[in-house]
Amino acid sequence: MTHPITFDKKNITPTDTTPKTISGSQAVLEAMIAENVDTIFGYPGGAIMPIYDALYDYNDRLKHVLVRHEQGATHAAQGYARVSGKTGVVFATSGPGATNLITGLADAMIDSTPMVCITGQVFAHLLGTDAFQETDVINITTPVTKWNYQVTDANEIPSVLAKAFYIANSGRPGPVLIDITKNAQVQQFNYTGYQSCTHIRSYRPKPIIRKEYIQEAADLINAAERPFVIFGQGVILGKAEQEFKDFIEKGGLPAAWTILGLSALATDHELNVGMLGMHGNYGPNVLTNQCDVLIAVGMRFDDRVTGRLDKYAKQAKVVHLDIDPAEIDKNVKTTVAVWGDCKETLPLLTAALQEKQHSAWLNLFKEHQQEEEEIVIHNELHPTTEELSMGEVINVLNELTYGDAIIVTDVGQHQMVTCRYAKFKQSKSNVTSGGLGTMGFALPAAIGAKFGAPNRTVISVIGDGGFQMTIQELGTIMQTKLNVKILILNNRFLGMVRQWQELFNEKRYSFVDIESPDFVMVAKGYGISGKSIEQRSELRDALAEMLNHDGPYLLEVFTGKENNVFPMVPQGCSVSEIRLK
Amino acid sequence: MNNFYDFMKQEYTITVYTENQIGLLNRIAIMFSRRKINIESLNTSPSEIEGIHRFTILINETEEVVRKISRQIEKQVDVLKVYYNTNDEIIWQELALYKVPTDEITEKVKVERLLREYGARAVVIRKDYTIFEATGQREETDKLISVLSEFGLIEFVRSGRVAIIKSSKGFHEKLKEFELSIPNEELIEDEILGIEPETFTA
Repeated sequence: MTHPITFDKKNITPTDTTPKTISGSQAVLEAMIAENVDTIFGYPGGAIMPIYDALYDYNDRLKHVLVRHEQGATHAAQGYARVSGKTGVVFATSGPGATNLITGLADAMIDSTPMVCITGQVFAHLLGTDAFQETDVINITTPVTKWNYQVTDANEIPSVLAKAFYIANSGRPGPVLIDITKNAQVQQFNYTGYQSCTHIRSYRPKPIIRKEYIQEAADLINAAERPFVIFGQGVILGKAEQEFKDFIEKGGLPAAWTILGLSALATDHELNVGMLGMHGNYGPNVLTNQCDVLIAVGMRFDDRVTGRLDKYAKQAKVVHLDIDPAEIDKNVKTTVAVWGDCKETLPLLTAALQEKQHSAWLNLFKEHQQEEEEIVIHNELHPTTEELSMGEVINVLNELTYGDAIIVTDVGQHQMVTCRYAKFKQSKSNVTSGGLGTMGFALPAAIGAKFGAPNRTVISVIGDGGFQMTIQELGTIMQTKLNVKILILNNRFLGMVRQWQELFNEKRYSFVDIESPDFVMVAKGYGISGKSIEQRSELRDALAEMLNHDGPYLLEVFTGKENNVFPMVPQGCSVSEIRLK
Repeated sequence: MNNFYDFMKQEYTITVYTENQIGLLNRIAIMFSRRKINIESLNTSPSEIEGIHRFTILINETEEVVRKISRQIEKQVDVLKVYYNTNDEIIWQELALYKVPTDEITEKVKVERLLREYGARAVVIRKDYTIFEATGQREETDKLISVLSEFGLIEFVRSGRVAIIKSSKGFHEKLKEFELSIPNEELIEDEILGIEPETFTA
């Protein structure tokens, strides 16, 4: 791809492969271009200045989004990666710039999000001397990166970055951090071009599929009377949505999702029986302990999904499809493990399946759904109380977006409600912080999501607590004029903790009573239009106004102060002990 | 705190083949500290192949935990392969050094006999001190401490465990497989499933 050059260029053109002397910084940016990076989220600082200086010349080919805090850059890169499937890229400086990345790295690590972070570092000769803005970022980030590496010599840059991109977005994806000392950034070296990486001898991104285990798994499923599929983000990361649909349709297999698997299968698909876990649907939780074969696809049996492990699906034979051998038997003992990329294993398994329907079993899900509808859902979506419920907001939003929007959620009650009730037609539409549960995730992640999917409507649904954790990213929206919608569900409490305190701590509301500024006025300060409502009569029009507004928009909806999210599997309880009220 | 599973714990020797990479020791060590597992001994050394390092890690744990940790270590990018073994599956040794006052041992003939008994040998004999070296298993080198304590043991140090897996045929063939971009189905999958072909009698 070539573009007219508008800046004075210090760099060589990427098509020119004759050895040239270029700087380490230029090599970093050549790597970005070679890896088809189009957007970088970052924040400059002393130790990464040479790279930012070089970036000035690449402004025509690389878009850089200036965030307001490095944590925001990481979540933006995550949002970008989650909706596009591409690797999110972050630039940050040394010291505090690097330490501010930790939350996002940890979030990307636990939610398997491909990300490459480049941090500047002090000059190599100053390493270990407590130099200004020096921090041992390699050791700090080791537990929260799939791989990390410190570069002190510019000659290493092309091959190290090639490795970084390969590792981040192959196998089970994850974050990679490359720390580059300032001397390497300014060092001139003989550049012989960029070769992308396709093999590392010590790294096997995916295990080879064993046919006999496919057959064993198929035999179990074929013989099952009450088979139950539970799926996670592996289906999305493996780009195997179609293969997954074919699989459950052929076997007539009811399928429930983790919140990271949400949107991999259309919400209204007849075999989609709902959400798993602590605030998931009634049927999927209760029937986990009644199925005879449990088929887990690209999910890792998180404790929020399983509840009490020694009472989890003990009656069932377990088939586990996963790309990461370390996940097999980690939490739930597997009867048959099907290692491999589900893009490849699912079609093989489907081919070995008998065409079946399990109508009686499916009906059982429907009966449970009906019970949940009567006790929980109807009241949540059509409340008779004066106060608005979070569920009814999402319900009206569904009607206005037709399930076509990307919904980015933060963490807490609004997240559970949104995941429960939001409707999705296409994959990669739900972005949330699942494993780490990072409050403050949604606003920056929505920014990244919009850059990753510029033609789609992006709505971030955020609580009043989480919004204040990364509220500074309103500045990023202001500066980029990015059309993201911010929907704050304000219950004037840190609602999820309050709910636990109500249910388990005798209503001892310890520091959950949070005061908020006038969000609409704050948004106005950033040049973002907005509105605040608390009446049901205003809801539909306000949501429509938000969606139709040309540009970013903040809508604050006051909801019931002490509403709870139900159903709920209390901590330490089995999934079948799920409470409807 | 006593754990219910304590009775199922035993010594496991974990052998890790890795690239020679700065920071990898930390990456491996934190896999244990994150689960609050104490590393009883740790040794890093070259292997039979140039450029491939070999970690020997000794922990006291249940097999289930050891298996999970081994898989989590093996998935680290710079790690090639992890094995874990019980004591009867390996040949292992530790090296110990003992510093004692020379006058004490020259006066007391009994010491010489003791040292012969424990297979120790003198590495250095100076006017004021003598250093003995003993190689063996933990109990043997431990016993010598208590014996030498009576003769004014000044200093003691013991190395980490090094171990050879009885049934292993080395890493040369495996490495060839790792270097292929399309791995040989048979061999690689056997590894992942933990099926080790017995090549030598255990």
